[in-house]
Amino acid sequence: MTDQLIDFFLLMKSELLLLAVIFIMLFMNITAKENADGTPVDNNHSILVTANILLLLNFLAGFFMNTSGNLFGDSFTSTELTAFQKNILNLGTLLVSLQSYTWLKTHKHVMEFYMLLLATLLGMFLMISSQHMLLFYLGLELSTIPLAALVNFDLEKKKSAEAAMKMIMMSAFSSALLLFGISLFYGTMGTLHFQEIPAALNGSDLQLYCLILLIAAFGFKISAVPFHFWTADVYEGAPVPVTSYLSVISKGSILFVMTTVLYNVFAGMGVEWYLIICVLAVATMITGNIFAVRQQNLKRLLAFSSIAQVGFILVGMSGQNTEGAVSVTYFIIIYIFSNLAALGVISVVSALTGKEKISDYKGFYKTNPMLSWILAIALFSLAGIPPTSGFFGKFFLLLAGAGNGNYTLVIIAALNMIVSLYYYLKIVKAVFMDANEEPIPTINLAFFPKAGLLICLIGIIVTGLASGSYNYIQELFASL
Amino acid sequence: MNYANYIYLIPLLPLLSFLLLGFFGRKYVGAASGWVGVLSLGTSALLSVYTAFRYFFVDGLMDGKYQTIIPVKIEWLRFSETLSIDMGILLDPVSVMMLVVVTFVSLMVHLFSIGYMKGEERYATYFSYLSLFTFSMLGLVLSTNIFQIYMFWELVGVSSYLLIGYYFTKPSAVKASKKAFIVTRFADLGFLIGILILGFSGGSFDFATLIATLTNTQSPELTTMISSSFLGITLLSWALTLVFIGGAGKSAMFPLHIWLPDAMEGPTPVSALIHAATMVVAGVYLVARMFPVFALDPAVMQLITITGITSAVLAAIIACTQTDIKRVLAYSTMSQIGYMMFAMGISGYAFNDTGYTGSLFHLFTHAFFKSLLFLGAGAVIHYVHSNEMKDMGGLRKTMPITHITFLLACLAIAGIPPLAGFFSKEEILLAAWESNKTVYFMALGTSALTAFYMFRLYFSIFWSKEAAHHDNHHGEGTFTMKLPLLLLAGCTIGAGLIPFSNFVTSNNIPEKMELHLLFSIAPVLLAVLAIGIAAILYKNENDKPDKIASSMNALYRTALNKFYIDEIYLFITKKIIFNLIAKPAAWIDRNIVDGLMNLLGNATIIVSDEAKSVQSGKVQWYALAFLGGILILTVAFIYLY
Repeated sequence: MTDQLIDFFLLMKSELLLLAVIFIMLFMNITAKENADGTPVDNNHSILVTANILLLLNFLAGFFMNTSGNLFGDSFTSTELTAFQKNILNLGTLLVSLQSYTWLKTHKHVMEFYMLLLATLLGMFLMISSQHMLLFYLGLELSTIPLAALVNFDLEKKKSAEAAMKMIMMSAFSSALLLFGISLFYGTMGTLHFQEIPAALNGSDLQLYCLILLIAAFGFKISAVPFHFWTADVYEGAPVPVTSYLSVISKGSILFVMTTVLYNVFAGMGVEWYLIICVLAVATMITGNIFAVRQQNLKRLLAFSSIAQVGFILVGMSGQNTEGAVSVTYFIIIYIFSNLAALGVISVVSALTGKEKISDYKGFYKTNPMLSWILAIALFSLAGIPPTSGFFGKFFLLLAGAGNGNYTLVIIAALNMIVSLYYYLKIVKAVFMDANEEPIPTINLAFFPKAGLLICLIGIIVTGLASGSYNYIQELFASL
Repeated sequence: MNYANYIYLIPLLPLLSFLLLGFFGRKYVGAASGWVGVLSLGTSALLSVYTAFRYFFVDGLMDGKYQTIIPVKIEWLRFSETLSIDMGILLDPVSVMMLVVVTFVSLMVHLFSIGYMKGEERYATYFSYLSLFTFSMLGLVLSTNIFQIYMFWELVGVSSYLLIGYYFTKPSAVKASKKAFIVTRFADLGFLIGILILGFSGGSFDFATLIATLTNTQSPELTTMISSSFLGITLLSWALTLVFIGGAGKSAMFPLHIWLPDAMEGPTPVSALIHAATMVVAGVYLVARMFPVFALDPAVMQLITITGITSAVLAAIIACTQTDIKRVLAYSTMSQIGYMMFAMGISGYAFNDTGYTGSLFHLFTHAFFKSLLFLGAGAVIHYVHSNEMKDMGGLRKTMPITHITFLLACLAIAGIPPLAGFFSKEEILLAAWESNKTVYFMALGTSALTAFYMFRLYFSIFWSKEAAHHDNHHGEGTFTMKLPLLLLAGCTIGAGLIPFSNFVTSNNIPEKMELHLLFSIAPVLLAVLAIGIAAILYKNENDKPDKIASSMNALYRTALNKFYIDEIYLFITKKIIFNLIAKPAAWIDRNIVDGLMNLLGNATIIVSDEAKSVQSGKVQWYALAFLGGILILTVAFIYLY
């Protein structure tokens, strides 16, 4: 009995730890002191310190005592790989939290921010571990609905509220279609269990239709074209840290799940989903890039460019080999570091000066050399220029994609890399080379955002050059 | 001492000096930055020369063949069961030769820059960039596999971007660095895809393995690459063509050369390093590196020949009309690299490989006299404060050392014996004569043109009119500026006497170098004639050149405008890409997307007043697009597929 209980705790370790953090924060909120007039005392700084320390501990704990096994009638699984993926998300969340310090310090609802944020993370964890369609759906919803509230977290801004409204409507729409697909699946297969699905696949038209609905739901969350329309509005309306979270953590989690589901569960319909993924990849890369080229608002630009990045990930996914799965996971890590570094700088600048246009960043190097270099290296990594890790990530994605022999797709992807280089360089040029009468004033970074940016920077350089990271992921996939 | 014990120091020392100067240079090292760079590069150069000596004279030759030695090799990453990526150092005749060229020229440029860049605000930064560039170039030269070469290839691109854009307050410099970066990136895209194809079909990234499998006619890899085709061209041709496009981009071959003349916006010593001896010859080096594989495919070799000879002729014609001395040198570089390229293209593997040897011989000698020309031009620009020929003239008395060394370099590039350029050019011409007469006559004509425009440059700078008064405070330059000129001049005289084919041949088996004195008569006579014409036209100020120019108005103008190639590109990018792709995308976004959503909003006006607002219409549109996507996929995959 005790052994079982310990097993239970260990297998659900990531989820339970996260729950513990949520409860500690909740408890702090309940016991918060009030001023004489009933308004709460401004203790944002201490809340933020506590939250960041807890998240750091949570991340560190993710390295220890990871066991493999199933729970809840085999509908929940935990393996070395899922533990690793969850911990990547833990790290990403920690980085987002560190970066939001500047913005949250003056915010009135810090505690709620963390509870909502961590609730979505919990949803993602459930999704990653799910071995059953229903648990997967549950996780998906839990990871979406609180996010809509977070999008609305610039409480005074109308745009923020509008973005949240759009997001919730669109996600309800996509959920409905997903549920429709799941129920049809159940009708054709009589089971929703991931382990039983492969045997029940028969490749009928109805199942293909269900698969399309499932991929559309994935596509909605990772903003693949044509399911991406909400992205630009929501990214622009949301506070920058939430945008970072949406574009990196939320997407990353779905991509993890998508890889597992398509590679393992729907391997039997590989020919079909391969073509769908190819179509989506091409549409996503091209649309993302064409629209990113025109953007003058840095946040919007990164939103569209992150759509294009997803297109590249889909190219790797289309490889349909172990290298495909490994390179997708590897790229997500790199993408987390690179995109969070870029958005981190923008987040600080936006929180302190409200400036978000590319032209505002002219002469940025003169006043903020350190931030400029971080931004430049992050953008170089996003553009895939060696020796930043982004290059290795993209290269392996293309290599995995080429493994399936579809050179046309690889050529389109490589062409898109050039286009993306153009707009990333445009920012670098503004930062380093353009003169400006009134540059953004010198920014004194607080400890937390600084630490967050430095971790990203180290990550960008180390994940690429240290081949161990790639080989480690390879071993994780091989051990499955 | 074993190679493995020290060889890694050669690229590592410049990297260290980059890190040191990059992080602490501005604050702590300051004016001593130049000497830090010289010290690290000097050590690297000494080690390189030592390596070359050992390799060529002590232990490189075994059983009558130069061995490929790989003293350092680490498996960096195992990508899949069969494909792994290594990092290592490869020594063979070509890489050892390049090692000496790169470190020596870089050392000279470092030395020269100490005086040239004195007083610049970002002095330490400049030297850190130089070190970074040298490191990347050395890494490129020493690569054991095609992935490693690509990494350093890109790093070379980044560092040259930084160097060209060094004067970032000058808008033209910024534009030029961006152009160089984007154009070469575009070519690198081809390279990248070529690597992917080679890696997958050839089964390895490693040069040695790749060459061994693909030259073995029995291997399944070769069979697949020859039998499977895409758009009617075999996979092998695709891979090699794409790799060659990468090389052509870096080596400024027609039609990807447009970045090179603009890149002259960088500091002049930088041009001596990047645009004479190192980066621009990377394409030739790449072809040489994989030569046995290239030699398998006559079609690709043909492409290389045509690209090379076209670039050589075109650039020589343009060079005759330019008035900016650095641009003349830039086009002359392009022309000379065209020589090296077509020599590769016409060469055979193992036998009849005079072209291969000649190409690399020319690369070797060209590195010395072209960097000497650039450094000389730098000294002149430093003195006159202008790039334009019309601001110069009569400098032979005030700048005696620059004058003599520049003259030597001009004679060398014109192919006058016994200077270095003569021997290497003869080798190439001989190869052309033996394999393709058309190419030979075009090359011969280019050779005469080369002599003409180089002496046009020489006479305009050092003769022509009497020296104008230049308010200079530094005379001809410091000792550190003169010393590199003299050393390079020494190499320009001596390098040609090296019996090159004793060391570098396509299959690494030494051959005896042969000189055909009778064969050399025609090219030398032509060169002398061209120099004579240049002397008549430009030695004293007169109006003959203008008259000739106006009598050949159309041709002259076309050449002056560089055959309008830039304009064509501009037309394609600005007019076609921008108007046909970007603008419609914007238009669709503005009119159709917004219009449709307005339409939707208007359509639902009866149902609800709220729906009239743009926003609610938008979400409906989004949902519609969502559904549309599913519908299209469904129709496409269920009913059509």
